Amino acid sequence: MPPPRTGGTALRHRLAELRGPDVPAKALDARALAALAANPGCRRRAILDGAGVDKAALASALGAPPVFGQSQFAFMRGNAFEARVKADGGAELLRLVRETLDPGAEPPERPHVPDLTAPGPEGRRTRTEQALREATAAGAWTLLDHPMLALDVAGSPALLEPDAVVVHPDGRWTVVEIKSFPVLDGSADPAKVGAAARQAAVYVLALEETAARLEPPPEVRHRILLVCPKDFSNLPTASAVDVRKQRAVTARQLARLTRVEDIAGTLPDGVCFSPDLPAEELTAAVEAVPATYAPECLSACELAFHCRARARAAGAVTALGRSVRAELGGLSTVDDVLAAARGEAGDPDDPAVAALRRAARLRAQALAAADREGAAPCP
Amino acid sequence: MSLIDALGRLEAVRTGRAQPAATVRHRHLSDRPLVLVPLTTAGEAGAPLGALVGTDRDAPRLLVVPQPRDRDLRFAFLAELADAVLPYIDSYAGEVEAAERTETDPETGKRVKVEAELCADAPQLIVPSRGGIELVRLLGRSMRFRRTAEQDPETPHPAPPRVPLLGRWLTHYGERARVPGSSLLLALTDLLSRHWATGQSGLEDQHLGALLAWIDPPDGMTGAQAALRAELARDADGQLLCPPAGPATDPAFDNRLLAPAIERYDRARTALAAAEDGLEADGRLAALAAAEREIRALVERVTRPTWDAVWRGLDLLRALPEGAHVEERWTRDRWSFTGHRDRVLAGEPPQPRRDDAVTAAHKLAAREREQARLDAQEALDDPLVMAERRLAGEAFTGEVTEVVMAYSEGKRPSPRPLVTVRTEDRPHLAERAKVYRSLGGRPQTAEFVGYEPCPDGALIVLRITDKMGRGKEPEPGSVPEKGEHVCFTLFEHEQRGGAKLPEPERTPWTHGGPPGEPGPEPADPVTEEDLL
Repeated sequence: MPPPRTGGTALRHRLAELRGPDVPAKALDARALAALAANPGCRRRAILDGAGVDKAALASALGAPPVFGQSQFAFMRGNAFEARVKADGGAELLRLVRETLDPGAEPPERPHVPDLTAPGPEGRRTRTEQALREATAAGAWTLLDHPMLALDVAGSPALLEPDAVVVHPDGRWTVVEIKSFPVLDGSADPAKVGAAARQAAVYVLALEETAARLEPPPEVRHRILLVCPKDFSNLPTASAVDVRKQRAVTARQLARLTRVEDIAGTLPDGVCFSPDLPAEELTAAVEAVPATYAPECLSACELAFHCRARARAAGAVTALGRSVRAELGGLSTVDDVLAAARGEAGDPDDPAVAALRRAARLRAQALAAADREGAAPCP
Repeated sequence: MSLIDALGRLEAVRTGRAQPAATVRHRHLSDRPLVLVPLTTAGEAGAPLGALVGTDRDAPRLLVVPQPRDRDLRFAFLAELADAVLPYIDSYAGEVEAAERTETDPETGKRVKVEAELCADAPQLIVPSRGGIELVRLLGRSMRFRRTAEQDPETPHPAPPRVPLLGRWLTHYGERARVPGSSLLLALTDLLSRHWATGQSGLEDQHLGALLAWIDPPDGMTGAQAALRAELARDADGQLLCPPAGPATDPAFDNRLLAPAIERYDRARTALAAAEDGLEADGRLAALAAAEREIRALVERVTRPTWDAVWRGLDLLRALPEGAHVEERWTRDRWSFTGHRDRVLAGEPPQPRRDDAVTAAHKLAAREREQARLDAQEALDDPLVMAERRLAGEAFTGEVTEVVMAYSEGKRPSPRPLVTVRTEDRPHLAERAKVYRSLGGRPQTAEFVGYEPCPDGALIVLRITDKMGRGKEPEPGSVPEKGEHVCFTLFEHEQRGGAKLPEPERTPWTHGGPPGEPGPEPADPVTEEDLL
């Protein structure tokens, strides 16, 4: 579902201004898109991502560099495994696809692996689209190795590169995601499978956009193929993962991203996120858009350490976790909560305040009892 | 998160120091725990890079795999790990005391008491973080199906002799760690965050350095400052001052220091293999040894701070008095250890890859029961935990204002005294709900009879129903007296076992039917470039 294009040019112009003169837009990758779902309410993240600001560079310029990085060991291992899975003209991979997802189809005798090389990302995208059209018409097993797909994000296209896309003989398309975490005795780390599913869902959306341009539009399967090493070996094992839910969530987040326009509208003129600006100016610019910091951001957003420092300085209770906030009603800062708990502020008829005072009293009693009796058990 | 815990965290933010989240220690700590600080290679399925292991805080044993992709070097590491861990485990297996155990008599089907051996103490494994527990499980899984040359002379790449045995023990420990309240295998971050509320989120508490910084900040620093330093501060080389507690390493360490060192090691090894005469080989051997020493130094450099932090954390925990029920739970751990020792001695095969339906149901039921037991016991041992339950309406304390003697109807009237308690708490009592209090360590049951609001709280009338002896008059001390301070809980103190499960051979078809005769589990298939 592509977002409305109205005012696209004006918005693009405005976003370029926010990015700063001569700063190229950082293309959103599938990981970043999928991470949007982690904290959809954050306006700061929405505008920075929407404008294509390099958040890592921005965070470093703000004095809170991100801590993400990939070990070259993991990188090498990932590449080696992917090469192994795709070896032999994709025969093994297509065998896995047929066996897991499409056992009724004819066995892939001579899989077709079209050459997708083309100058520039845009060229590769056009080439991918052409190859998909041809493969769908041909009605034979086809493996697209690292195709280039485009997804309309807030009016500007994000380019995405899935590990592989397979066209079935019946013309349907399947996203293949190759990961190097192991499947041990038939089960894998749920957090990692979840991340892979969210990432694959973004590819499914992008493929659906491509499919919509064909006549008749081919079906993009909502069960993707996840290929991982089996147990402690290098042998690949495949499982079908249903990504309908992740697809729906991401689609909704992407549709909401059009809010970028509204957020941009609320910013004062002259706000710019170029990493070349002095830190003070940048801090003020970033402050102009409210953030919704939660500790979960630390593992997903490059700007998290900056936002955390600001949240802590402001005494925001969400810095301690979203669950803390849930019980505190309208009280949102550490000082407010503690003052209310001590009875110095707050309306005693407010149930949140009353509960807080009771909790504070019980806690003080228990600690005093423990001090007095050297931690005797309850009478 | 309960409000009381949230208040603890907020207080920690304000004071700059962690606040107590428990007033007693809720887990057993051995006098001589085995600390294991493992590291893995990024991207590999549990390919170890190195470890510090030992029971002496001043003399850890450093184990290193100079090239984690080399199967022989990994086996050498695992063999060394077995040398470090198995003698420690064995030292506890020999010392036993006589105990009783209830078993089902195979002929009569009745529960009978039988004499049994119980190990007097059990070995305790401490790892820095939750990831360490997962790695212990993973290592156990990777080793227990390995075949040694003795077991199977035909096996390709035979494992060193004691490696499969270590795999079985690590599997047992990893499995036991999933039982709530067990202490055979503990992660220090879990232990510390159970006992202290820091001024950061639970997510950030997973960082051992930051967690310790809040609990025991260095002089002149607040917890927040010290935690930030532990998380982010790097030296001129770009290396973290406080390396991650593992098992994953910092990517900057991998890319800048470790990868070049491993490359030098590989080069030295290739050069040695290509040496043409003895003299040349000697020189190249020295180069190889130097390259290996370099990797060892690197691994020690990133594990030693964690090692020291683990011991410091244990010191902090030891300063807390042990909870009253901790000993009882540790006895269960000793039974668990003894049981596995017996299975190993009896020559039983390693734990299967997947449990059959009945075993899995047993395990889940046991974990649920232990969770309920832990919740009840922690509340009874610790007024701060009890305060949380009182806040939640699951317990109440107060003063006895009136005791009226009453008797049950029937041929032999028994005492059923009515006790009125004035409380400020707000328990969620249903009609005729049962409540419990601890009477000399045993739970006494009472029934909720009536309720009357009064200033600052309520008067709750209870009828005591048991633990008063067999006579017409209640035994002295078994009924609360006027003026006494009492604490009743709505939850039971002791957990009953659930419904009995069928024997495995009678597994119903809904659950896959009888599992059949357990055959020996095949070893994992190996391919040439396998890792681990």
